[in-house]
Amino acid sequence: MSNEHSMRRVTAIRNGTVIDHIPQGQALAVLDMLGISDATSVPVSLVMNVPSKKMGNKDIIKVEDRELTQGELDRLALVAPDANVAIIRAYTVAEKMIINLGDEMVNVVRCTMSNCITSNLREPLPHRMKVVSRDPLELRCHYCGRPQDLVKLVKNVI
Amino acid sequence: MTGLITMDDLTNEEILKILEDADKLLPVARGELYLPLLQGRILGNLFFEPSTRTRMSFETAMKRLGGDVVNLGDVKTSSVVKGETLFDTIQMVDGYTDIIAMRHPRQGAAQYAQDSARVPILNGGDGAGHHPTQTMLDLFTIKQAHGKLDGLKVILAGDLRFGRTVHSLSHALTRFGCELVFASPDILKMPPEIVSDLKAHGGDITETEDLYSMMEDADVVYMTRIQKERFSDEDEYTKVAGAYKLHANDLSDVKAGMIIMHPLPRVDEIHPSVDSTRHARYFEQAFNGVVARMALLCKLLGVEVPADVEKAGGAL
Repeated sequence: MSNEHSMRRVTAIRNGTVIDHIPQGQALAVLDMLGISDATSVPVSLVMNVPSKKMGNKDIIKVEDRELTQGELDRLALVAPDANVAIIRAYTVAEKMIINLGDEMVNVVRCTMSNCITSNLREPLPHRMKVVSRDPLELRCHYCGRPQDLVKLVKNVI
Repeated sequence: MTGLITMDDLTNEEILKILEDADKLLPVARGELYLPLLQGRILGNLFFEPSTRTRMSFETAMKRLGGDVVNLGDVKTSSVVKGETLFDTIQMVDGYTDIIAMRHPRQGAAQYAQDSARVPILNGGDGAGHHPTQTMLDLFTIKQAHGKLDGLKVILAGDLRFGRTVHSLSHALTRFGCELVFASPDILKMPPEIVSDLKAHGGDITETEDLYSMMEDADVVYMTRIQKERFSDEDEYTKVAGAYKLHANDLSDVKAGMIIMHPLPRVDEIHPSVDSTRHARYFEQAFNGVVARMALLCKLLGVEVPADVEKAGGAL
């Protein structure tokens, strides 16, 4: 089944952001990381487990009337580093954005080690994860140095 | 200013220079010579966890060099018990002192304090993380005994999982090209991320549960206490407590120059019969904490240790 065909599962949006090529099963984590919840008022379309030429299967999210910022998108490097992001204006792609995994993720996730100093939520300094390796992705807490279990880490989104 | 949080904060050249300075300061540490290199400077001792040797040796080091010390005192009577964050405590002490020595039960606390502070932080232990000032005195003790740090066979034995002293020491010894043997009960093995880090840096590492068969050609046997306070389950502790009990009788086939070290306090992992053998070095090691910390205080406060300490110093 073609990619084009799978995209027809939801209608084109007039204005907003389309996040395509999200790894299969990660769409809910992406919503979490973008702070999109039941309190969100704009229309959000979510498609999971659709066939993809590039990935086998993939997830897609369309957020209407909201243009996600580069800072918001960079958070997704943890779960969807190769996602394609397009800003849509008047039904056309106005801008393509690339998710950029820098050398450090600041205030995106909390360290998974229970005895890390940052587990005291009243401590005011930012939560910092150093990118030790990109492929495979390996992150370590800047403070305690503990390598992070990525499955657990996704649950620690700030 | 940068402090000492992990051994990665020092190059091998800096480590050797600090050890040289420490050696020069031995008569000052023994109280044979007065050398007030740090007069007018104040050390803040922040020990959020119990400490005897580390706290006292920092205090002694500062005072032997003419400096002064302020203490956090008992955590139970400080503002920490009222819920003060580490960040706020550091802001306050940062204003009172020129340098801070800190021990904290949470891992990463030393880096966190350094990121919150203007003055250098000396990490005196953060949870099961690092203890680099202990490593400096350990390296000093090894170099004192063997005249070098490179190419030695060093056995680290006991609690390698929670023992922060062995975490920092194994990193440093790998950098100097030592062969390392990790001897521990299975549940107290060196954390896998540390082993993989060491191997990535070319570490020559053997992991075993059998300490005794590895001792014959060792240059250093570094014993550690199985730390009861790190176990949440007492049954688990009981299973491994007393896994190693080194007795003088176990030392008949070891090298003449082999030294036995221990960060202390010991429980029963080194029998008192070992104390009077030529191999025992743990009490000298504890004393060396003073010189190593003197040299570190000078380094981080930007004070040069004079080449001729005897000439620069005066009688007490």
